[in-house]
Amino acid sequence: MTANGPSMPILQGENIQVQRGGKRILDVSSFRIVPGEVVSVIGPNGAGKTTLLQALSQLIHLGKGVIYFQGKKIGADMTPLDYRRCLAMVFQEALLFDTTVYANVASGLKIRGLKSSEIFSIVNTRLEQFGIGHLRDRSAKTLSGGEAQRTSLARAFAIQPQLLFLDEPFAALDPPTREALLEDLNRVLRASGMTAIMATHDQVEALRLSDRIAVMNEGRVVQIGPAAEVMNHPVDEFVASFVGMETIFEGKVVNCERGTAMITVNRSAYPAAADALPISMTAAPLPMAEATDTDMNGLIIEVSGQAKAGEQLLCCIRPEHVTLSPGVRTDRSSARNAFPAVISRISPAGAFYKVHMNGGFPLVAYVTVQSIEDLDLRVGATVTASFKATAVHLIRRG
Amino acid sequence: MDIIIEGIKQALSLLISLDPEVMGITWLSLKVSGTATLISLFIGIGIGTAVALTSFPGRQIVVSLINTGMALPPVVVGLFVTIFLWRNGPFGALEILYTPMAIIIAQTIIATPIVMGITLAAMQQLPRKLRLQILALGATRFQMVWLLIKEAKLSLMAAVMAGFGGVISEVGASIMVGGNIKGYTRVLTTATVMETSKGNFDVAIALGVILLLFAFAINLVLTRVQQRERPR
Repeated sequence: MTANGPSMPILQGENIQVQRGGKRILDVSSFRIVPGEVVSVIGPNGAGKTTLLQALSQLIHLGKGVIYFQGKKIGADMTPLDYRRCLAMVFQEALLFDTTVYANVASGLKIRGLKSSEIFSIVNTRLEQFGIGHLRDRSAKTLSGGEAQRTSLARAFAIQPQLLFLDEPFAALDPPTREALLEDLNRVLRASGMTAIMATHDQVEALRLSDRIAVMNEGRVVQIGPAAEVMNHPVDEFVASFVGMETIFEGKVVNCERGTAMITVNRSAYPAAADALPISMTAAPLPMAEATDTDMNGLIIEVSGQAKAGEQLLCCIRPEHVTLSPGVRTDRSSARNAFPAVISRISPAGAFYKVHMNGGFPLVAYVTVQSIEDLDLRVGATVTASFKATAVHLIRRG
Repeated sequence: MDIIIEGIKQALSLLISLDPEVMGITWLSLKVSGTATLISLFIGIGIGTAVALTSFPGRQIVVSLINTGMALPPVVVGLFVTIFLWRNGPFGALEILYTPMAIIIAQTIIATPIVMGITLAAMQQLPRKLRLQILALGATRFQMVWLLIKEAKLSLMAAVMAGFGGVISEVGASIMVGGNIKGYTRVLTTATVMETSKGNFDVAIALGVILLLFAFAINLVLTRVQQRERPR
């Protein structure tokens, strides 16, 4: 599913601008979502994710731009109130009313003037769907964070919206609660085929729930596309860095033949990294690297892809694509690029450890706890870092 | 000490015997202060909510004025209401000075900023995103405001208590605009002042005790409602 596909967008925003305090905080030229699609909006704090959601849902005043819902222009073909009655929103805070769980879930239906009997049936279904049937008579103020957010989700789904906005709904929850709720939401979203837009700064959430991902920075959508494309083919350094490509370095194409580019990495651009290497390593490359041509000023790496000789590029590598072996290896593996590197820092990263290295340019790899012990990885140790030619994503500069 | 005990005995006696004059004064006090509180609730909650939910140039000055109004001295209110309702004043033609209506007007002016200030604070304490959440649930602007008022109901109950407490106990404005006319504009506070000035301490204490009892009873009812609503 893509916004440019044959399906008519259920929601389309064009030239949306929002100003606050005289400053433009949102500037999105086009944003489209087709029926049944789940799109995640990711970006750092202050990127404009929440503002985009609030602008698209017409909860805040647009400085400029138009929103179309099912082809109808909001404010012209459809009133903002009618539009808002087609959507639901779940915020980071559950924002429940000071009443029972049942009354909270029923609130949107009551606002729409539904009869009590109809409300009763819908609310009970949603309470059970989100596993909070046993809490129906509890005061909302006494709920745990997870229970409160389940109530908030049940309230949103109770009004059977055609469009669901989720503004970092799991950000305030502990990991086990978040995991359980994420699973439930995914199940309910897929079962209902509901169209949803979720703002999050958690890429794992985005990957698990979304068909497409939009990356925002400084109020603009800098890239939007299928989740795998955004994760593996970022369009610029910001996106690459944000989606977890932790190794990013500058290079220049030496030559390109049969889909393989030889790229020289200017080590002078990374003096700290070069200085950290033992003199013997900087002066004499490994036999493997030697095989792919190395000069005294730069390392040469092999990259799958098309490029023009002399072209300046950014080379991006995900940490999970970098493998480490102890000491300085001389054998050739399937990885075409192997370099000696000195470990500068090891830090925990969830279930893994993040190993920062200097190999003439900065390199980052993820390893398991077991690998730390097996490979005797420690700060100052020399290892061989390798990555496949296909693991390098190239971004053209300028 | 004897005077106090005698006063309490006198109060009980006046209450038990349903003394017509005391009952009349008490009823007028409740009627006047109750009406003033009710009017102040409509104005105070309305304006307090509007100021809390909107932003406009000079808003901070308006908020400061409301907060200042919460400490409005009743005698100053009495003075200005008297001037405005005086025979030659802007509203002299209404001929309502020294009537219960004049007391209601003065007490409304005293209670309104109190209700307004507490409403403003209560509304500002609600999460800002709650408004957006209510709108996202499909509410009209009116429904949103009503739901926010309901959400702030515990604080607004405090506004009712503070407003009523402020006017049932004030004397300066009531005596100035009401004139303490027997059987017409005499309320519990003005009667207490008068009896004290005459040296009838036992009657003054009795009236004071009745005033306290009523203030306590009304606040007890409001507190029970407030606490029943409190989440458990």
